[in-house]
Amino acid sequence: MKRIVISLWLLLVAATARAELVVEVTQGVAEPSPIAIVPFGWTGGRALPEDVAQIVSDDLKRSGFFNPLARKAMLSFPTSEGQVFFRDWRMTGADYLVIGRLEPGAGEKLAVTFELYDVLKGGRMLGHRVDTDYAHLRDAAHYIADRLFEELTGLKGAFSTRILYVTAEHFGNQKSRYRLQLADWDGARARTILESGEPIMSPSWSMDGRKIVYVSFESGRPSIYVQYLATGKRERIQSFPGLNGAPAWSPDGNRLALVLSKDGNPEIYVLNLANRELQRITQHYAIDTEPTWSPDGRSLYFTSDRGGQPQIYKLDLASRQLERVTFEGNYNARGRLTQDGRFLAMVHREPGAGFSIAVQDLKTGRLDVLTDEGLEESPSIAPNGSIIIYATQQGNRGVLAAVSLDGQVRFRMPNLSGDVREPSWSPFLQ
Amino acid sequence: MRAMNVTKAAVLAAAMVLAAGCSSTSTTTDGGAAGADNGSANSYGTDANGTSGMDMNSVSQLQTVFYFDFDKSVVKQDGFSDLEAHARFLAQNPSASVRLEGHADERGTREYNIALGERRAKAVERLLIVNGAAANQIETISYGEEKPAVVGHDEGSLAQNRRVELKYVAR
Repeated sequence: MKRIVISLWLLLVAATARAELVVEVTQGVAEPSPIAIVPFGWTGGRALPEDVAQIVSDDLKRSGFFNPLARKAMLSFPTSEGQVFFRDWRMTGADYLVIGRLEPGAGEKLAVTFELYDVLKGGRMLGHRVDTDYAHLRDAAHYIADRLFEELTGLKGAFSTRILYVTAEHFGNQKSRYRLQLADWDGARARTILESGEPIMSPSWSMDGRKIVYVSFESGRPSIYVQYLATGKRERIQSFPGLNGAPAWSPDGNRLALVLSKDGNPEIYVLNLANRELQRITQHYAIDTEPTWSPDGRSLYFTSDRGGQPQIYKLDLASRQLERVTFEGNYNARGRLTQDGRFLAMVHREPGAGFSIAVQDLKTGRLDVLTDEGLEESPSIAPNGSIIIYATQQGNRGVLAAVSLDGQVRFRMPNLSGDVREPSWSPFLQ
Repeated sequence: MRAMNVTKAAVLAAAMVLAAGCSSTSTTTDGGAAGADNGSANSYGTDANGTSGMDMNSVSQLQTVFYFDFDKSVVKQDGFSDLEAHARFLAQNPSASVRLEGHADERGTREYNIALGERRAKAVERLLIVNGAAANQIETISYGEEKPAVVGHDEGSLAQNRRVELKYVAR
């Protein structure tokens, strides 16, 4: 990210490449598939910056679908087909075996070859070569994990995706520091995208993954900004008196849904990014906020307390027909849809209970409460629909955690500094 | 615009009023129905003796943080008298202005809480206006749950975070 200076209120910081999040699995599926991922062979003299097999192994483990074999339980470390003896691997209980090797190329270049075997049948399932360089070994590792995941589960892997999140530090004298961070999905390679003494909120992605939108109070009031990830270039999109919040990019990339209170009350608007035309969508004295688009771009789901308590509603943009979506519990807010439009993740509260992450099957109406810690918020769904990342509390600090859509797998991403909140999962990235 | 402490702001506001008073007809009021006249060209000069009933010394003694119940934006009774006094001060000093910062506790979603904080700030704004302050003397902003006064999850901490802070500002 390039360095840019905006004003005295704010400091944009170049890559402070330090992992702020480390993932630890707190709960797993009943029977994840046992898989052996052997350390990859390396014929070059120079030390490698990353342990590719370890990254692949961690990705697969955190997906909840796999249980990688510990290295010390391996009887051999094959790096090519001729060195594989299936009998040895059957003894370890592994159903699948992954081997690989790295070979130096010209200059900074590297080639990574990997192979996947079915241990029980004794046959090769997949073999590929990835051309990369020293600086992009982590990307190569996530790519390999994606290929393996897709081959074995039939689901597209989301290990090459990224997350945005906000950290806050509060000092004495009412001084604070807020940072918008961008990291790999596993929290590695975190870097600061924006730093400010005033709050940063509600980051989210464009569907092409190239731009982000967020709310920043850097001018002393909330304004909505769009920022290009590649160049760091940014633009203030909306800054009316009152609230300017909860921006959400339409699936076609041409519109932003957002919340403004310029007419006296928080209402949902849709901004056409091409001609900057603003269209008011809701007309109600209640709080209307947190819009999110249906995958076909035809409806908006949003939070409203028009019924006395926050609940999620769906509005068809063409017909303006309004429908209440959530009925269980006395607080349902900040909905996020899976890309197939079938499931709605949300912040949910039952009377007398804390705030949880819940998911509602929009086809059957069934609601499942997935977490039970009590202060969960900001659910964001992986683009393959397998995992929801969310914010929760540990002591007096915000941390990120994740749960599979079926509630079976849960893990936590403890941060090393600051108070972490508002994770936003990227779409699939090219 | 920068928020500052009440005393400093009040002194500044009074100074601006006195300066303005030099070039316009100075009037005094009994302080009760001051609001009726606001918006007129006249400035209400307050002399050092505070004949108008609200001087900067007494305004600096007033409560400036007002608390709310969970998911509610109704100003509590115990804040009324001090808010009325702030309103009187504003009515008598048209060049003084305040910033109302609305906040929420951490429970619930962040964007909903921003809206809730705004509702609270506007509830306080309405009370000030009803009691004589002019709309153009007041600006509101909501920080939702982004700027807690106290860090902690117990009800005591949460209660301190559900608030509106009234700050005198230089215009």
